[in-house]
Amino acid sequence: MKNWLHTIQQNKRLQALIVGLYIVVTFFSLYLAQKSVVAFLLLLSSLLLLYFTTFSNRVKWLIGGLVMVVLLPLAASQGEAYQSYMEVATLVGIYIAMALGLNIVVGMAGLLDLGFVAFFALGAYTYGIFATGQANNFMPFGHYPLSGESFWVFIFIGCFVAALFGILLGVPVLRVKGDYLAIVTLGFGEIIRIIFNNLDKPVNITNGAMGLASVQPPRLFGIDFMYPSQFYYIVLVILIAVIFAVRRLEFSKIGRAWKAVRENEIAAQAMGIHLVKTKLMAFAVGASFSGMMGVVFAAKQTFVDPTSFTLLESITILVMVILGGMGSVPGVILGAALVTILNLQVLTELTNWLNQLSLNGVISVPDALSPAKMQRFIFGIILILFALYRPQGLLPAKNPVFNEKELKDTDKLVNAGVQKEATQHVHLDS
Amino acid sequence: MSILTVKNLTKQFGGLVANSNIDMEVQKGSITAVIGPNGAGKTTFFNMVTGVYQPTSGEILLNNESIVGLKPHQVTKKGIARTFQNIRLFGAITVLENVMVGMHNHLHGGLFGTILNLPRVRKEEKEARREAYRLLEYVGLESFFNEEARNLPYGAQRKLEIARALATKPKVLLLDEPAAGMNPKETSELTKLIYNMREELDLTIILIEHDMKLVMEISEHIVVLDHGEKIAEGTPDEIRNNEKVIEAYLGKGAATTAS
Ligand SMILES: Nc1ncnc2c1ncn2[C@@H]1O[C@H](COP(=O)(O)OP(=O)(O)OP(=O)(O)O)[C@@H](O)[C@H]1O
Ligand SMILES: [Mg+2]
Repeated sequence: MKNWLHTIQQNKRLQALIVGLYIVVTFFSLYLAQKSVVAFLLLLSSLLLLYFTTFSNRVKWLIGGLVMVVLLPLAASQGEAYQSYMEVATLVGIYIAMALGLNIVVGMAGLLDLGFVAFFALGAYTYGIFATGQANNFMPFGHYPLSGESFWVFIFIGCFVAALFGILLGVPVLRVKGDYLAIVTLGFGEIIRIIFNNLDKPVNITNGAMGLASVQPPRLFGIDFMYPSQFYYIVLVILIAVIFAVRRLEFSKIGRAWKAVRENEIAAQAMGIHLVKTKLMAFAVGASFSGMMGVVFAAKQTFVDPTSFTLLESITILVMVILGGMGSVPGVILGAALVTILNLQVLTELTNWLNQLSLNGVISVPDALSPAKMQRFIFGIILILFALYRPQGLLPAKNPVFNEKELKDTDKLVNAGVQKEATQHVHLDS
Repeated sequence: MSILTVKNLTKQFGGLVANSNIDMEVQKGSITAVIGPNGAGKTTFFNMVTGVYQPTSGEILLNNESIVGLKPHQVTKKGIARTFQNIRLFGAITVLENVMVGMHNHLHGGLFGTILNLPRVRKEEKEARREAYRLLEYVGLESFFNEEARNLPYGAQRKLEIARALATKPKVLLLDEPAAGMNPKETSELTKLIYNMREELDLTIILIEHDMKLVMEISEHIVVLDHGEKIAEGTPDEIRNNEKVIEAYLGKGAATTAS
């Protein structure tokens, strides 16, 4: 088995063949068997397969892009299930971006945040309030709802608002450490939700528990975005930007400072790292991803209310990070995808199936035991098992591997420029 | 010329006086040792100089400028770097990255420059990597550069702490028991390294060390602490024959019995 894997790893052509074949087969299975959730998931997993190949990053991105932009939507588009597939894919994208944000805070900077969904809520309400008539209640100027064209600007506003709150809340919150930080952030998450729930008086800003309905759909060149198949592309673009951003941050001065703070605060300070600034930056950057996706979420659902932003949501995002691998970008992407799909597809399918069985009188499952209601139970099990047996997650975080040649002085390298210099030296000497 | 001056420095932890009215002058370019029995207050002294603890009273001047009240990262910016007695490496990241963390304040890639991957930031990172590698070569750890720091042998971890401290480009380097846990060969290499650093890098070095051979070999000036008080200071020869010092180390009466 090891040998066999090794051969494949050595042979790029073989890898290309396997990946290509896999994509073609799963593509056509989904294309032809429209109702097959399995085919849909298998086509999605081609990305995981791609991750394990030894192709260069550029090739991986190209193939991955082809699958995400063209093949997946195309294969899914042939039947009635199209929109529900795209809905799942869109939500997977939203959760991946959020999990990547939380991963910066928890995985890289080592700050346990149990109220992370608050930033998602901030993004969602930022757009929700201004893209419905709600803003008329308190804004002294302007006419609301704003048109769907404003959505594109709101992605940035949501990003900014969430980052700002990340900083504002970080200032008091970061005075405490470890377990206390977890409790304080948990409290903060709940406070934000409760504020949104109650901010309908004295001035009606959020419309309280009733929520905000008929949020304007995004509009671009006169086209309204209404369907998941359209939101899919919005999410995809933001997600790719987010992945690039985290990847670059991870291996930069900023990412190293985050990790240094996580590994040892005192030593990090002794290296000249400003503790508060570094932590706030992690809070702000992590929050900003959630804020952007909050805006998209509000537009996609066309409805925002506080029940979407409960503690369970924060825990769900945390489970994604822990399951995938704290601090590991590929891991967190995988974790987020698995948990979202488990929630949306596997558990609902199982529930449907069991309902079918009980309807036919084969077995009878009490309502309380239906898989869709076991979400917390399943998360609990996952957390315990991973904490015990695989604390580093499914795809553990990897450190950058540097090339020794690049690190050494260029003098030894065969390089035209350097050689010229060397000959000049000879001249001087003679 | 004195680069670091300490006046009346006192630190109390509740009822315990860990440092009591310490006065000290450290000459620029010198190697000064701070010695004393366990619990004498040596690490506490370092912690006050580097801003980890705030002194209860007293003054610390770096080039005649007070650094009391500064946060540890600000002290580092002023040019004081240190290593830790209980090793505090960034265990889960690589050896090279550990050194690069030390360059934090000499790199200027901001949030947006990094996200946009500007050529300026890329270039700076590349240079930082090479510089870090050079520092690893300097302390003799270049073969470990891609390893996780926590997987290094003990002696190498101590050297990595030094490389990381050097990366901050300090004027004054504080070493807290750099030879602890090293075998004799490693210790003699380290002795050479400390000596070379002072010569080649324009450094002033203050070190805490229990290995008397090392201390006597390289320090020009020795300060002895006991129970938080400075009981003696002078050249290695002076300290070697100081009765109070022998007493502090071996117990009362030892000095008279020995002579
Ligand atoms: N944060 C603290 N809180 C309370 N007491 C402390 C603290 N730090 C140090 N001490 C106490 O101060 C005294 C001096 O400790 P310090 O660590 O400075 O000694 P040291 O000279 O470095 O000893 P060693 O050679 O064992 O490292 C000890 O009694 C220690 O218990
Ligand atoms: Mg000590």
